Amino acid sequence: MKKSVFLGTIAVAGLAAGFVSAQTLDEVRARGELNCGVTTGLVGFAAPDANGQWDGFDVGVCRAVAAAVLGDPTAVSFVPTTGQTRFTALASGEIDLLARNTTWTFSRDVDLRFEFVGVNYYDGQGFMVPRELGVSSAMELDGATVCIQTGTTTELNLADFFASNNMAYEPVPIETNAEAQQQYLAGACDVYTTDASGLAATRATFEDPSAHVVLPEIISKEPLGPLVRHGDNEWGDIARWTLNALIAAEELGITSDNVAELAQGTSNPEINRMLGSEGDLGAMLGLASDWAVNAISAGGNYGELFEAHIGEDTAIGLARGLNAQWTDGGLLYSPPFR
Amino acid sequence: MTSITEPPAESFRLSQLIYDTRYRSMTIQVVAFALILFAIYWLGRNIVANLEDLGKDFDFGFLTSRAGYDINQRLIEYSNESTHGRAALVGILNTLLVAVLGCALATVLGVIAGVLRLSRNWIVARLMTVYVEGFRNIPLLLWIILIFAVMTEATPRPADFRGDEPAASMIVGDSIAVTNRGIYIPNVLFTRSLGGNEVLPAADGGAAAVSPAASSLDWLLFIAVVVAGFFGARAIGRWATATQEATGIRPPGTFWMRVAVIILPAAIVLVALGATLDLPHLRGFNFTGGIHLRNSLIALWLALSLYTGAFIAEIVRAGILSVSNGQTEAAFALGMRPNWTMNLVILPQAMRVIIPPLISHYLNLTKNSSLAIAVGYMDVRSTLGGITINQTGRELEGMLLLGLFYLVTSLIISGVMNMYNNSVKLKER
Amino acid sequence: MSDTHAQSVQFVRDTMIPEQDAPITEKGAVKWVRENLFSSWLNAILTIVSILVVYWVLAHILPWMLGGIWVAESLTQCREIRDASGIGYDVACWAVISDRWHQLLFGFYPSGLYWRPILTLIVFGAAIAPILFSGVSRKMLLFSIAAPFLAYWLLWGGSIWGPVAAALGFVIGWAIMTYGEGVLGALASIIAALVVPILYWLFVAGALAGVLQDFLPIGIENIRSDQFGGFMLALIIGVSGIVLSLPLGILLALGRQSDLFIINKCSVIFIEVIRGVPLIVWLFTASLLLNYFLPPEVSFDLMLRVIIMVTLFASAYIAEVVRGGLAALPRGQYEGADSLGLDYWQSMRLIILPQALKISIPGIVSTFIGLFKDTTLVVFIGLLDPIGLSNAIRADSDWNGIYWELFIFIGLCFFIFCFSMSRYSQWLERKLTTGHH
Repeated sequence: MKKSVFLGTIAVAGLAAGFVSAQTLDEVRARGELNCGVTTGLVGFAAPDANGQWDGFDVGVCRAVAAAVLGDPTAVSFVPTTGQTRFTALASGEIDLLARNTTWTFSRDVDLRFEFVGVNYYDGQGFMVPRELGVSSAMELDGATVCIQTGTTTELNLADFFASNNMAYEPVPIETNAEAQQQYLAGACDVYTTDASGLAATRATFEDPSAHVVLPEIISKEPLGPLVRHGDNEWGDIARWTLNALIAAEELGITSDNVAELAQGTSNPEINRMLGSEGDLGAMLGLASDWAVNAISAGGNYGELFEAHIGEDTAIGLARGLNAQWTDGGLLYSPPFR
Repeated sequence: MTSITEPPAESFRLSQLIYDTRYRSMTIQVVAFALILFAIYWLGRNIVANLEDLGKDFDFGFLTSRAGYDINQRLIEYSNESTHGRAALVGILNTLLVAVLGCALATVLGVIAGVLRLSRNWIVARLMTVYVEGFRNIPLLLWIILIFAVMTEATPRPADFRGDEPAASMIVGDSIAVTNRGIYIPNVLFTRSLGGNEVLPAADGGAAAVSPAASSLDWLLFIAVVVAGFFGARAIGRWATATQEATGIRPPGTFWMRVAVIILPAAIVLVALGATLDLPHLRGFNFTGGIHLRNSLIALWLALSLYTGAFIAEIVRAGILSVSNGQTEAAFALGMRPNWTMNLVILPQAMRVIIPPLISHYLNLTKNSSLAIAVGYMDVRSTLGGITINQTGRELEGMLLLGLFYLVTSLIISGVMNMYNNSVKLKER
Repeated sequence: MSDTHAQSVQFVRDTMIPEQDAPITEKGAVKWVRENLFSSWLNAILTIVSILVVYWVLAHILPWMLGGIWVAESLTQCREIRDASGIGYDVACWAVISDRWHQLLFGFYPSGLYWRPILTLIVFGAAIAPILFSGVSRKMLLFSIAAPFLAYWLLWGGSIWGPVAAALGFVIGWAIMTYGEGVLGALASIIAALVVPILYWLFVAGALAGVLQDFLPIGIENIRSDQFGGFMLALIIGVSGIVLSLPLGILLALGRQSDLFIINKCSVIFIEVIRGVPLIVWLFTASLLLNYFLPPEVSFDLMLRVIIMVTLFASAYIAEVVRGGLAALPRGQYEGADSLGLDYWQSMRLIILPQALKISIPGIVSTFIGLFKDTTLVVFIGLLDPIGLSNAIRADSDWNGIYWELFIFIGLCFFIFCFSMSRYSQWLERKLTTGHH
């Protein structure tokens, strides 16, 4: 329960509900909205538009969870976090869910005491170089100057990659993506390295994208996923199965257009169980029976979210690649709803 | 013996603790002390409870574990195999480096701009006003970002030096390369180093170089010889002056003797150590060899100096204006030239007004160097307070160390500068 | 004598020579140029170098700035327009400013409610008028006291009874202080004036506001602090930092001047520790650590934490400014107050502080300018100040890749604001110095 401390009404608006406790679900319900940590701005994944509405692939996950829990995809308060403040914000309870391109690593899961609820984007660190350099492989980068964004796993991967291949490099750490782009375009570094999705997004905005190539080597595994605090398993389950519902919905052909219709009942028992027309999966999670219907209609299934924000028809133009359904040769594989 | 003002001992009442001025101050202090102790206890209890909730402990052990990240600008040996503690040390040295460089340049810029702002040359005075107001009224963070970006846009890429018809070329006899990755200047290497024959291949696979730790001995020797030379030269000068005073004739050729005393031993040491110039040359993606002054350092240095210089200019101007006009007139009446007047009469008096605020701007500059992260200069805020905290999740310990470092630095700077201030202060009777 | 003198003169002009124009080198533009630009060789060189520098800078910047494109939907479109127009050089894409200026100024505040922050600014301006300009009626001071509550209500919205109930606490404290002295005695009334309002805020105010709201619902739409951003956020942090730090700063300054050993040392330690550590470290402390220092069940949102930290930070600087003001007062003022038989607080309240604060105003204004500029640092902890918003704007795929335009706009806004403040402060300083001679 939230203990309200009334420090004059001055503090009322500022007094946030969050803190560490096992009943995140109750808190979110009592508050009437989900506090979701996102980036301060990353093309395609989370950015505010001209009206201040947050939009993007990670934002879609937040909205789906909000819809599943509260029935309203707009009942989300987006908290912009930096690479440095994100974990503290989650640990201190300022946010209920962190959907911010965060790589699932052992130490974050175990040592920092968080719980990754799944992977919403399989990424990997890559390199982009100007075509005129004539480099075709990351193995030819000995002695290169490399622009990296600080505060991420990127700099560790980079150090490991160059050390293991016995190559030298000069790191140029940069705080924001915008500056890194500026430095790279001005030629202050030969190579720009970040997650492959970020490279594609950055390259798409160049005046002449064809003058730059993304090298084929992917030097790290970067499973990016939403995470919650350790210890509140009920809340972790909700986030995990909302994500799974989005993935399974694509596999089962449920889209935001037909979800209302399918929710009336179909011949497929798994769809029926997921959408609540059969069984009581919602109640097991402590949610309404139409939780998955709400989550899917918030922004569509995984595939729809992907296509709308980062897919091939957008400016970023990412191919599904590893993020295709397992049936299409990708890694997305939702456990069964049973 | 009891005086009239002392109350009879038996009439002491508790209320006197509050109403009697003799006891009241003690009461207030005791209450204040108790409140402060309670506040400290309360904070400590909260920290313990919160750490327990988060399942964390308070432990500086992370300082000895492997850092795993690279730092491009380092004054001491460091690689990604080194510890977080060493990374913090590299950061501390980088902070101090940029702070010292910044204070020096800011003082120069500030004095020039402050004097020029009072110039009778209209356009120069206006330009200096634009400079001072522009830098004073726009946040430092923006200036750092902008200067960094301007530097990378305005200088040529290393690739421009390549080819038969290069778009850019090295300056000063092909020894200095100004690129948008920084400035490469020649380095002095010692082939017969004192630090043993520990010749390491340079990290970039370029020319072999003695490791910095080994060559620092050589540098120490060199500096010691040069300093000794200076003292020798001063001794010769004093001897010449003494001779002149005694005999009326200055011994001939003392100037050349003094020059020789400084230069010859130093040159002998350089030759003995086998000093060679290591010129930067284009190799692979970058220039190699020589000393690389990185753009991040130069941009941060320039931005900090220009920003603080604008404030110092105002202080210098106010200091000069504070010297009354009569002093200038008196100096002119003595037939002094304007630049003598400035150097001998006005500035010494103005210093008294200038130095105390100058100290606080040196402190500000040191603290502002913590914005280095904006240009990716790896100062202590970026290593210990940035990547280390981020990788280890030890924010409490990290921030504590970081705060302590800045606090100690500030106290030392203000202590030293206050000592200097006391020494130049007018001795008032 | 005069005759002999007249005779010795061989020529006396008896007609006036018609007035001649001054030589061309001694008048008009030429004289001005000669005296102000080319009075010596050094000056001539400086002048020429300066002109070359100015020309070089303008030649690089002006075509880019003036040729800028104001109407476009995205950076790509900007580039298309530029290429279509056939300009050979790069031009600015100001369209990002015309598209997003409101966000840079107001953050995510609902666009229909922009009148509220604007009105708040006017209220704030009116509230500080009696402090800054001597010509304004003293009665306005009452309004100044009410203004923070009004400003809070206008910005955050919600029920009006919340701020009213909070303000009531101060009224209670003031009433006890003023009227309680006769009944309770001086010290007891001071203690009561401190304790009763705190108890009131803790236990009564919330309920009271609720009851009043049920009884007479007056309220405007509630805006949460995560919708604040841009210059509005910078101003709110800067202004509330300074306003809230004033009382603390004054207390610290008095503490540092005090003869009481413990109080003196505590004030000195607090001030030096705060001033010895950069603001960015304090901001990280606010963002990463403040939750460690508070009881586990309490937590504030980030903006409030930042305001708390900035208040503590500014109070150390204000304390030094006020200490300067206290030290600048002639000793006679202190002695005069003592000779009137005033006790410490009375002499401070009635004689010392009014004068000391008056001389401190320029210092307080420049502290404010510094603090306002330093609010840009909140970008490092994820608050969307103008620089943070510029990153967020670039994260929109329409404007990704835009760089200079946003920074130039932000820099210009900061410059206009800070420059006018510093000009005001200089004017005030001149006015105050003449007042003392």
